[in-house]
Amino acid sequence: MEEYEKKGTITIDYLRELGNIPSEERMKKGPVAMTECVQDIPCNPCAEVCPTKSIHMDNINDRPKVDFNTCIGCTLCMQVCPGLAIFMLDKSKEKPRLTIPYEMLPMPERGDTVRLLDREGKDIGEGRVIALLFPDKKYRSALVTVEVDDENLLLEARNLRVAGVKE
Amino acid sequence: MMDLRIDRHPILKFDRGQPLRFYFEGNERSGYKGETIGAALYSTGLKEFSHSFKLERPRGIFCAIGQCSSCMMRVNGIPNVRTCITPLEEGMKVERQFGRGEVPTNTEKRHIEKKEVETDIAVIGAGPAGLSASLYAAKFGAKVVLIDQNPRLGGQLIKQTHKFFGSRTHDAGVRGIDIAEKLVKEVRESENITVMSDATAFGYYKPSTIGVATMDTLYKIRAKKIIMATGAAEKSLLFENNDLPGVYGAGAAQTLMNIYGVKPGDRLIMVGAGNVGVIVAYQLLQAGVNVKMIVEAMPKIGAYFVHAAKVRRMGVPILTRHSIKRAYGDGKVEGATIVELDEKWQPVSGTEQDVDVDGIAISVGLRPTYGLLDQAGVDIHFVPELGGHVALRSRNLETSVKGIYVAGDVSGIEEASTAIMEGRIAGLSAVLDMGFGGKEAEEMREKVRSELEDLRAGPFGERIRKGLEKVEVL
Repeated sequence: MEEYEKKGTITIDYLRELGNIPSEERMKKGPVAMTECVQDIPCNPCAEVCPTKSIHMDNINDRPKVDFNTCIGCTLCMQVCPGLAIFMLDKSKEKPRLTIPYEMLPMPERGDTVRLLDREGKDIGEGRVIALLFPDKKYRSALVTVEVDDENLLLEARNLRVAGVKE
Repeated sequence: MMDLRIDRHPILKFDRGQPLRFYFEGNERSGYKGETIGAALYSTGLKEFSHSFKLERPRGIFCAIGQCSSCMMRVNGIPNVRTCITPLEEGMKVERQFGRGEVPTNTEKRHIEKKEVETDIAVIGAGPAGLSASLYAAKFGAKVVLIDQNPRLGGQLIKQTHKFFGSRTHDAGVRGIDIAEKLVKEVRESENITVMSDATAFGYYKPSTIGVATMDTLYKIRAKKIIMATGAAEKSLLFENNDLPGVYGAGAAQTLMNIYGVKPGDRLIMVGAGNVGVIVAYQLLQAGVNVKMIVEAMPKIGAYFVHAAKVRRMGVPILTRHSIKRAYGDGKVEGATIVELDEKWQPVSGTEQDVDVDGIAISVGLRPTYGLLDQAGVDIHFVPELGGHVALRSRNLETSVKGIYVAGDVSGIEEASTAIMEGRIAGLSAVLDMGFGGKEAEEMREKVRSELEDLRAGPFGERIRKGLEKVEVL
């Protein structure tokens, strides 16, 4: 039994071992997808929508493996992922950027400062919302891109809370 | 008056119909067109819907989809009305009943019409399997009558607000509610499909006839082929006070909040960390409910890790090797006591902990609703891997009674995506066995079958594969 099956959270070390974390060098070149989908489950929309065929799966039950060299950071895989298990990491701009899928209320607005939460929902810092993308047009869920000061948040923050909202 | 209706929701928009007035035990109450009696009453904070027959213990809504009896009340003088699936109407008089309910004595004679209907195929249940079976049979020219006891078509798909897994070619990445909308629209537009909603299929009669009741008509539906897609019901769990109002199925919570926009409670505990438990916990958070924790008796989380990760990053703990010991409260749930389990599944004394909740959602699995199949004389076996009693069948989903097919959860508890594929197979098999469809239908069936096999090929499909080996024997 894997530790994550007991707790429902995964460690950065585990993800690194799987080869799911893009290199420093790659992140400096522009946005890149990081998947946290680690089980063999029957699901493949990410691989099928990828315009550069950068997500590899041997069959529908395989876990996705991203080719960081050809990934262009377009977020199409994030938009379609039913597990909300893909994040976009970018260190090419002045400040590091992280894109998180978000399906709760209240929805943040551009320019807002939001609290960032880790994989257990613990408050670990803050980010400034610089972009919001509503993939399904009905405005029911968003990809929220935040800019952060602390670059460690790119690997650690996986959720957000609009500041001022009670825990 | 308390109002548990949800105003704003991140995924759903509740278009409530025209306001209606009704009377609950003499007091005026308000609701909306499109709500059920049960949902309207629940939104006022009512927890105690009925009483157990013998000991008169208070009972609340448990399943919310017409499968249990705990919401039955007397409506306009008629006893034993399932309030959870009966649409609210202006001026209705609703009262709780004690005992088994008395047959009304002073009512004007109600006129019940009797009708006979002939069709090629009768499909029972308009969930993902039944809708798909109807569509694929109608595609090849068969006349289909589709019967469902709920006011709305779509089965449990109409409350699945999350995006679906599976293959992109089969709508993976699309929300269940959107898949339902698409299927229902296609069914409504098909000239070959006659839809009967608010209609309960209550019996099978020889030869190949289904008895169906609506509020004012009794139908005899004679069909050449019958597809049973009757779905499943939620299982309960044994613990002290498990019948206290406020203990309900996770699916019932989902029905209340995602179909009717009514919050099941303020503070909940989820029992069971399979996909249903974890997904519903996430949807409870979206509805603004505080989910205190998820407890799971198994040493590991049964749900897909990605679903578990979604609730964990919202700060909800999942305690494996923990279970609920008892519910407590005066007439309704006011708390739950949880306890740690040892390697032999025994409670570890001293680890009890009280959790302040007003609702306990149970997600310990589903069992197939096989009553009609059994009554029709179909060979049924108990197969734990498939969730309970299921019909033996051929690869074409035909049962031991010629001309009766199964599809969806009633044939084994699985996913909506697999139910859709099984529905297609059953629909195609029924038309092929009638001599319609030819090579095209046969090739289509083969293709669906191989896609279904692909979906079940992974480690999460192992249980299902084992179960199928025991039942696909005809």
